[in-house]
Amino acid sequence: MRNHIDGFEGLSPEDAERLEQSGIALSSENRCGSFFQTDQDIRHTSCSYEGIEMLPTAEALKKYDWLKDYYWNLVDKDKDEYTRYVAAQEPRGFTIIAKKGSKNIFPLQTCLFMATDDIQTVHNIIIAEEGAELHLITGCVSSHSVGQGSHYGITELYVGKDALISTTMIHTWGENVTVVPRSSARVEENGTFLSNYISMKPVKRVQMYPEARLTGENAIARFSSVILAPKGSELDLGQRAILEAKGSSAELLSRVITRGGTVISRSHIIGMAEETRGHIECNGLILEDGIIHAIPEIEGRLTNTSLSHEASVGKIAQDEIEYLMARGLSEEEATATIIRGFLDVKIQGLPESLQRQIDAAIDAAEDGF
Amino acid sequence: MLNVENLHVEVDGKEVIHGVNLRIPVGETHVLMGPNGSGKTTLLRSIMGFSNYTVTEGQITFRGRDVTNLPLHQRARYGMGLMFQRPPTISGLKLGKLLDVMSGGNPTKAHEYAEMMNMNSFLDRDLNANFSGGEIKRSEVLQLMVQQPDFVMLDEPESGVDLENIVLIGKAIAQLVEKERHIVNRKKSGLIITHTGFILDYLEADTGHMLCNGEIRCHGNPREILKVIKERGYQECIECAII
Repeated sequence: MRNHIDGFEGLSPEDAERLEQSGIALSSENRCGSFFQTDQDIRHTSCSYEGIEMLPTAEALKKYDWLKDYYWNLVDKDKDEYTRYVAAQEPRGFTIIAKKGSKNIFPLQTCLFMATDDIQTVHNIIIAEEGAELHLITGCVSSHSVGQGSHYGITELYVGKDALISTTMIHTWGENVTVVPRSSARVEENGTFLSNYISMKPVKRVQMYPEARLTGENAIARFSSVILAPKGSELDLGQRAILEAKGSSAELLSRVITRGGTVISRSHIIGMAEETRGHIECNGLILEDGIIHAIPEIEGRLTNTSLSHEASVGKIAQDEIEYLMARGLSEEEATATIIRGFLDVKIQGLPESLQRQIDAAIDAAEDGF
Repeated sequence: MLNVENLHVEVDGKEVIHGVNLRIPVGETHVLMGPNGSGKTTLLRSIMGFSNYTVTEGQITFRGRDVTNLPLHQRARYGMGLMFQRPPTISGLKLGKLLDVMSGGNPTKAHEYAEMMNMNSFLDRDLNANFSGGEIKRSEVLQLMVQQPDFVMLDEPESGVDLENIVLIGKAIAQLVEKERHIVNRKKSGLIITHTGFILDYLEADTGHMLCNGEIRCHGNPREILKVIKERGYQECIECAII
């Protein structure tokens, strides 16, 4: 028996499909909680798991006075015109607090849905207290009927001591939608932050540069991005890890394909503490004339840091295609098989259900290869 | 099975195979020998149909069909297979995934073969990424077992393989060319490039061919040809007039 979630009713079949492609389950099966915001209206918030609280940010700020210290703390309110715009609105978006030692087996899901041609704003605060393990999937979707619109999102993530936060964000926007997220995470001692981003659908413009500050010893950050840029899409994407504490480490991985779109793929690791390690992998495939501009930056500030990167941009090597053709695959089948492999990113520490969701989002775009 | 007539092949505008004739009947396994750079790999890749190898003259007939101008994958689908000497690494593509794609509806069989080739723990690994010499050969043989070609070409199957692996690989190759069957019932054929002849300890070859400077200089008993090379080197073959 599927338990339908309030707030999703009234969606057209096309939009329901777009939500599902973004990893959003329309029933509460396999999800421990759901948040659904349409344009500026919060339609649904629920969380069945005892150790985890999810509520609209406006409500959370009223309920918990201490939360104001977490609000506009990691992201600067005056960073740019977009942060200032969001700061001028009543806060929308969600706040999640995973209490000390809690652990959700089924992920929480949050859906930010744009139904009209307007500006959607969100301000999310995600906190995992000491020893907590929190898995979250966020589907950012515009209705198939949306002509143009903008989404400005602030997300501040706090990974406590020995805690883990995994966020998996799947974008399904429209070709005239502009998206400007501003995200920042702080990771304390032995904490782990996993940030996964998948965008396989057309979008007018995305500009973001999320960062993780590793402030506790042995903290870990892993960013993984899987991007397909169709013609007309312009994605300026970055990911930054600042290794501030001894023994902290980061891996930034991106797999980018262009089919005529433009992608600037930035990565930056700063090693500024003893025994820190960082690695960037930044690979791009140009399937149709477009631009992939890979900018991996590694910045070491002391002797005892070890940073490396590898980057590649180009077409699929002919010898790889012919290798598979010698096994009986046609040129098209060989190409598709290699591309699917290129995008096959397995994320360490991610629950199997979320990995499957990522795989499904990529598989759904296979026609777009 | 395979009939190559007066084959001339150019690579990057330069002719490297000069009028090769080669006939491999059904059920027979032949050996191709020759010094480094004599064109052995080029000949195999030309028969298979790789894009860099341009046939300027001559004909390749496979199972009675002219395949000279057929694309690579069509030749594979008609029953040709090739074991690569140095296959490319394909990042992200798992060996197991390729076997699934190749085996269509029957991946169970692929897993059985993987077990036979001691490759189970490699199914989740990127294809050929950091594989050792022996692992590459085992992976190649495994792929061919799934593909089940009627005619298999093997480019130096024993090179870079330790003694333990060579037994495994040798026996598997013998199976690929149905050596366990009586010659009368054998339907599969093979063409093997070898420098050392070690592979012949596991499967008898019917005929050997000596390739020098892009020309076949002689045919004969493969062990006898190898013995001559071992004793006197290739010089005699290079100087030998074309038969």
